[in-house]
Amino acid sequence: MIQIEDLTKTYVMGEEIVTALDGVSLSIFRGEIIAIIGPSGSGKSTLMNILGGLDRPSRGGYRFEGDGVAHFSDDQLADFRNRRIGFVFQSFQLLPRLSALQNVELPMVYSGAAPRARRERAAELLERVGLGSRMGHRPNQLSGGQQQRVAIARSLANQPDLLLADEPTGALDSATGIEVLALFQKLNKEGLTVVLVTHDRGVADAARRRIAFRDGRVTEDVQL
Amino acid sequence: MSGASPTEIVRFAAGAIIAHPLRSGLTSLGVVIGVAAVVMMTSIGLGAQKRVTDTISGLGSNLIIVSPLQPRTAGGVMGGAGAGQSLTDADTEVIRRQVEGAVAVAPSVTGMAQVTADGANWNTSIVGVSPEYLEARDLTVASGRMFEERDARQGRKVAVLGPTVVTQLWGDADPIGKRIRIRGAPFEVIGVLGSKGQSSFGRDQDDLILSPLETVRSRIIGRRIKADSVQTIYVKAVSEEELASVQEDIDSTLRAEHKIQAGDDDDFQTQNLASILEASKAAIGAFTVLLAAIAGVSLVVGGVGIMNIMLVAVTERTREIGLRMALGARRKDVLAQFALEAVVLSLFGGLIGLAIGLLGAAGIAAIGDWPFALPTWAIPVALGFSSLVGLVFGAYPAWRAARLDPIEALRRE
Repeated sequence: MIQIEDLTKTYVMGEEIVTALDGVSLSIFRGEIIAIIGPSGSGKSTLMNILGGLDRPSRGGYRFEGDGVAHFSDDQLADFRNRRIGFVFQSFQLLPRLSALQNVELPMVYSGAAPRARRERAAELLERVGLGSRMGHRPNQLSGGQQQRVAIARSLANQPDLLLADEPTGALDSATGIEVLALFQKLNKEGLTVVLVTHDRGVADAARRRIAFRDGRVTEDVQL
Repeated sequence: MSGASPTEIVRFAAGAIIAHPLRSGLTSLGVVIGVAAVVMMTSIGLGAQKRVTDTISGLGSNLIIVSPLQPRTAGGVMGGAGAGQSLTDADTEVIRRQVEGAVAVAPSVTGMAQVTADGANWNTSIVGVSPEYLEARDLTVASGRMFEERDARQGRKVAVLGPTVVTQLWGDADPIGKRIRIRGAPFEVIGVLGSKGQSSFGRDQDDLILSPLETVRSRIIGRRIKADSVQTIYVKAVSEEELASVQEDIDSTLRAEHKIQAGDDDDFQTQNLASILEASKAAIGAFTVLLAAIAGVSLVVGGVGIMNIMLVAVTERTREIGLRMALGARRKDVLAQFALEAVVLSLFGGLIGLAIGLLGAAGIAAIGDWPFALPTWAIPVALGFSSLVGLVFGAYPAWRAARLDPIEALRRE
């Protein structure tokens, strides 16, 4: 599904040039559940940003189902993120003024879905993550685990091909974290490709493939 | 691929505004004040124009006023209109004979005098006129009759009274046939004028007595003027279209009569009410525009206020912007959301300002006894302008929001 080849990303920080990714090549196949691990500054977040179409590589190729994402325009990237990628963030990133239902609807607003279809789909997704009775609640009326479930429901709104989760359990207690990881595993079993970015070994154990990063390079890529 | 529909963008913008009602209200306040000031100034200006129009039209329709003008003396000093005694009965006659399109030519002289009757007394204007005066000035006789050419020729001491004079002398009683004394000379009251009420400048137009020209000239004004001199000749033109040509006719006729050489200054002046009206309206109009422009400055200040708050909002909501982008908002969706927010704030301010401005203008009209003019075009203009202010001053903050880097924005605390 994904081929990246000799992917390099450099930033200019004042006088210095920082190499975040240094010639990374790898492939991701449909239906995988992968943990990308490494210390902070190892390049794993940069890889996730590029995979998710939030950032462009400085050099190298990125093909997603055959499309050359590296050469997409801003609008093409926006649509790519909207249709093909689901994001789950460490800090949930829910809009505080909107209800759970409205938060889940948001990606469908930008894909131009009709209001009714949107609401029905959002309600169905909240049922699926076990929040059917909390649809009208605002984020501050929900626990951390519940908020992350809303975020996961939101990431599924436009039936993405790839779910990218950046430290999805980082802000949760361990019991809730285990529940959320179980949810990812369940979604993966249903056919969704999942990439977990983490420095937590426990999270990595939920995956079936582990890719370790250090200093912008892949140091380990193993099936578990 | 379709992006977010305009309705959704409006909902996002409205949601953000409603989330902070106090802040949104204060942000709009600048535009409220600006629009209210512009609307109020314009409305007051229009009221002034209306008042002047009423006043000048009240003098009579299609009227041309001929008055004496002291020609420039050797020292270059102008006497001004009304000074000098260059107009005479001969001028009245020549206008009557030679100017086609003059339907009523009424010479007049005016003096102030004390009037006594049945123990009461009153100071008023005594206006000596020919019978055509009624037609020239659009006056009516409410009771009794107007004097005729015959009365004038015989030098009869008859008087037609303005309603105010009647009230002052007798109250409600019928004055027809009663005797009055003007500066000691006895006059017979033969008629009462219909009321014209107050002029818009507050002068009582009913406070006067009409009497034949010859009688007033000899009995009231006396030796202060030449025996055949007149102060003002009122000429009514046959129609509004003919007004200018009749005026030109009078000019050339009088120049010939007064033997004024080409290139020399006239010793009289003619004014037609339409041109006086136009000039006054233009002057007030210019003044109104000036006032509205000054008020418009506050609209710009209001716009700056909106820009300021929108810049704050973009900074505050950086994470929201980053998230929306991550979820698939295009740059133009973000741009539209923030620009619309500014437009809605400004338009809301415009609506409130419009209401306050109109209420204020109506209030001033009520208190100051001033005609209230509703500037109908002010409504679309006020709303259009406030939208424009929002768009102009919201554009920069919205552009800043749209060009944020989603990764940076998401990371912001």
